[in-house]
Amino acid sequence: MMSDGNLDLPEILTGEHFTTGNHATAEGALAVGCKFFGGYPITPSSEIAEHMALRLPRVNGHFVQFEDELASIIGILGARWGGYKSMTATSGPGYSLMVENIGLGMMTETPCVIINVQRGGPSTGLPTLVGQQDIMQTKWGSHGDFEPIVLCPSNVQECFELAVQAFNYAEQYRLPVTILMDEILGHMSEKLIIPDKSKIKRVNTKKPNVPPEEYLPYKPDKDLVPPMAIAGDGYNIMVTGLTHDERGYPVLNVETQEKLVRRINDKIRKNKDKIIILEEYMLDDAEIAVLSFGSVARAAKGAVNRAREKGIKAGLLRLVTIWPFPDERIEALANQVKTILVPEINYGQITREVERTTHGKTNVKGLFKMGIMHNPQEILSEIEKCV
Amino acid sequence: MKSSLERRRKKPEWPAFTNLDEYKTTPSQVYIIKERCKECEWCIIYCPEQILEKSDEINVKGYHHPKLIDGKSFEDCAECHFCELICPEFAIYVVKQDDERGNNDE
Amino acid sequence: MAEEDRELIESHEHPLDGYLREGRIPHIFCPGCSLGSITNVIIEAINEVGFDPKKVSVVSGIGCTGRISGYLNYDSFHTTHGRSIPFAISLSITDPERKVIVISGDGDLFAIGGNHFIHAARRNADITVICVNNFNYGMTGGQVGPTSYMGQVQTTAPYGFNEESFNLPHLAATCGAVYVARWTALDVRRIKDSFVEAFKKKGFSFVEVLGSCPTTFGRRNQLAEGKKILQHFADHTVLKHDADPKETKIEKNGPFIVGKFVDIEDKPTLTDNLLAIQRISQASDKKS
Repeated sequence: MMSDGNLDLPEILTGEHFTTGNHATAEGALAVGCKFFGGYPITPSSEIAEHMALRLPRVNGHFVQFEDELASIIGILGARWGGYKSMTATSGPGYSLMVENIGLGMMTETPCVIINVQRGGPSTGLPTLVGQQDIMQTKWGSHGDFEPIVLCPSNVQECFELAVQAFNYAEQYRLPVTILMDEILGHMSEKLIIPDKSKIKRVNTKKPNVPPEEYLPYKPDKDLVPPMAIAGDGYNIMVTGLTHDERGYPVLNVETQEKLVRRINDKIRKNKDKIIILEEYMLDDAEIAVLSFGSVARAAKGAVNRAREKGIKAGLLRLVTIWPFPDERIEALANQVKTILVPEINYGQITREVERTTHGKTNVKGLFKMGIMHNPQEILSEIEKCV
Repeated sequence: MKSSLERRRKKPEWPAFTNLDEYKTTPSQVYIIKERCKECEWCIIYCPEQILEKSDEINVKGYHHPKLIDGKSFEDCAECHFCELICPEFAIYVVKQDDERGNNDE
Repeated sequence: MAEEDRELIESHEHPLDGYLREGRIPHIFCPGCSLGSITNVIIEAINEVGFDPKKVSVVSGIGCTGRISGYLNYDSFHTTHGRSIPFAISLSITDPERKVIVISGDGDLFAIGGNHFIHAARRNADITVICVNNFNYGMTGGQVGPTSYMGQVQTTAPYGFNEESFNLPHLAATCGAVYVARWTALDVRRIKDSFVEAFKKKGFSFVEVLGSCPTTFGRRNQLAEGKKILQHFADHTVLKHDADPKETKIEKNGPFIVGKFVDIEDKPTLTDNLLAIQRISQASDKKS
């Protein structure tokens, strides 16, 4: 087991393990080169912090427990500007505290990873039971216009893989990336296979290839992402949350706002196809689609299998990236199927997005539960009703 | 009690046999960037030798920048750099001159 | 006496212009505001210590004082309101040779950012925090702040503020800062020497500078010009090194007690402690 204080542990623990989702996420972060964790304990994500506290010092990283989530999020932004890949882990109430500075991360284009192990909400809610109620917050929680990247694993192996992917997206597109887990996934134990070092890809931000006199910190390349110089590189960078021009200096006028806000949104919007990850299961000839994500997708897959055994043409579309939302794929799906069922552990968040993107071309039905995952029989009953 | 400013205005009397010319160095030069001044008057008020005053000239922003009081020269400047350090606008500075004469040790 | 010695020599460049960002001078500070002087003093102090400019990072918050980072030509980070200290802590941890200076205002550091200040001081983070205290929230128009004193009039205290002012050196000393000093904006030479000591200090150093804010503070409190505020400081300042920080609270007519109040040596910093944890965790590896 990873957490028993085993000696001689490198960054990447290649091999087979049996461990929890929280630990798998932490190991994924370590495998991709995370060297700084700044956090605050909150159920159900505290195990991530505890695991990082154990493992990071061994791999020459730093674990800092801050006084609150407000300090944690800005602490990890500072660590990245100091040169360390950084992350934090929290749940709904903590994420609410962090949103202001996630906005700062978006505006300053700082790569970092935030893990939200969702629990029941609103407010203090259900600390020890599952929820999927924070999805819209990852897109609209912070003020202002920005396009987030949000990943949603469904099993423990994916927790590891998506942690690696999250850091790579963050570095490539220079923004805070959120991993939306949930309490069930965080606390369940499953098999995890950590591959060899050579199979784990590490992406780093582009570095400037001009001398300091010619460098403009916020002048984008063709992919709309600027190369990043950090503190100590000798570039005398200016990083500010105010609207800024290409030098990074605050310039508070209409023209600069237009240019900057459009670019930090377009860098994701225009690269959507390279970012969106979906799993399509038995969707080719499906007449009824189940659209789900997170822990619920496990039950949904089971329901689709049972439906197929009964001869119903059901299929599963699993969102691995929730944002950017796969508008085009769902619109295409709407032309194909009679109904899209959306089981989620909330009172209708992704359901609304699906309704928006299908433009009334198909039936959309949300299956809402609170505090507990759907079981496959419940989803199967709904599928049968649609036939 | 007299303020330190007031006490310094009266120069001490040197004994007659001391030849002050042996010890004189080239005075530092005081520069003014007129367009930056915002007439806060701090250099004028707090100069320990009181050699500055507001000029009648105004700069492009409409502020009266400082000038040397008539009759005063760089010789009267104590080279303390206080005006340079306290100016909020980076508008006035003092440059020490190299000299063969006198004692140039800091 | 040469004729040219009787007039100030006209120039268009200042010797410190290289340390200021090009095209950003003239700055946005009001006439009579002491923030320009403090920027000047910071540059002189950094030069006097002799830091490698590449290794200096300046972090600031929101407010007039927070704008200083935008003028200094080092690695400048202008963060959100109250959050400059955790950002600075992370910068200092990621490179123990980096000098991180936090420069921000009284509201930013002690109202919204108060919690971060307390813990940074407690943990002895290796940063220097400079607070320019102008007794109000200047940039937003002159609202009352945690350091406003009894009797002060501001926009959100139109009947006169009747609460206690926050005694900043007392807070810093109690939380464990290893260097605590306070000066007024008039005393630029002592401020510079104090900055030099604070920058060289290992651990959490804190310098409070009572600043002059004629526009939003001065005009509402019978001190309508910068020179009047400085004169007010000059009239009521009492220099008292090693004063008990408990007794240094600011009141309307002083005395403004200034000086170096705390100077402690050899307290392990947060960076030291984190590196020790690394060694401890890796020593068990070597044992096997």
